[in-house]
Amino acid sequence: MAEITQLIHKYLRHNKKFPLVFCPGCGHGIVLGSLVRSVHALGLNKDDVVIVAGIGCSGRIAAYVDFNTVHTTHGRALTVATGIKMANPKLTVIAVMGDGDAFSIGGNHLIHAARRNIGVTALVLNNFIYGMTGGQCSSTTPEGAYSHTSPMGQLESAFDIVELTKAAGAAGVSRGTVYHVKELDALVADALSRPGFNLVEALTPCFTQYGRGNGFKSAVEMFRWLKDSCLPIERFEKLEDRTGKIPLGSFVRRDIPGLETRYAAMCEGVRRKKGGAA
Amino acid sequence: MGRNRVVVYPDWCKGCGICAAFCPKKVFAVGLDGKAQVVNEEACVNCGFCEPHCPDFAVMVIPENDVPETPEPAPTEAKEETL
Repeated sequence: MAEITQLIHKYLRHNKKFPLVFCPGCGHGIVLGSLVRSVHALGLNKDDVVIVAGIGCSGRIAAYVDFNTVHTTHGRALTVATGIKMANPKLTVIAVMGDGDAFSIGGNHLIHAARRNIGVTALVLNNFIYGMTGGQCSSTTPEGAYSHTSPMGQLESAFDIVELTKAAGAAGVSRGTVYHVKELDALVADALSRPGFNLVEALTPCFTQYGRGNGFKSAVEMFRWLKDSCLPIERFEKLEDRTGKIPLGSFVRRDIPGLETRYAAMCEGVRRKKGGAA
Repeated sequence: MGRNRVVVYPDWCKGCGICAAFCPKKVFAVGLDGKAQVVNEEACVNCGFCEPHCPDFAVMVIPENDVPETPEPAPTEAKEETL
């Protein structure tokens, strides 16, 4: 197994400050490892991979990996990723976003990226809270949960990321957790290898901002919660009492060509038409 | 019993305790310095849990059949460059 850690070290920028900036017990590092393993498993060249990250704890991921990386403004990771993919469709573009980044501030960009099926993989690290800015509630904070801006419990209901992206028309939608790493690796690799807009939601615990206010005694307890409450979608559907359970796995797999492919085909068609007329 | 070598890089470990809590053979323990320590290396069965689950890439398990003569060098030291 030694190759796993050695492999990740191969893809890191060792001139950056280590250890990672994340709090102890944060799952973001595990998602980073998963991303690196998936890219390696697909045999992609480092120079052909672009990581676009927004603002937030998840935005730090772009700084550590030795791919082409862009650190964009809050919520705008997908817009930059869209531009990169349209300009150079040969690149594998991955937008790494947090839940606040993808669904609160960049929510509009996300639904339209899904609607037009741009060939970008969106990796959403959902920790149910705005971690970096101090623990404000986000659009995925569960109802009744404590955050610094909802001290009496969150009144609003939360977005279901999977249902929303599915309804917006994405080619692929899946959900994994940082406890179920092997499954997450497979989901990320699958999303990277498919055409169209593919979204992977990775549930990762934020003990510092979310866990402490919501009755978790340690980061390990949050991992135990993920282990106990998440289960594969096949088993989830057979359950009678689904309260507190979260389904994992691939929810949608549609074969839709990416926008960049359709655009190239349209250009080709127009060129041929003009050539025929002349 | 196994002769797998288990290494924790102390500079990278933050002591979150995930390895200590979930290791099926109780190979790790979080020490007084707040870092994970290998306390029961002989029990390691190379199940593959700790390496991908370490958020800081600080754990490495070298299986029995490819234990080198000298220990693996630690990763390059961090330099004073900010992000």
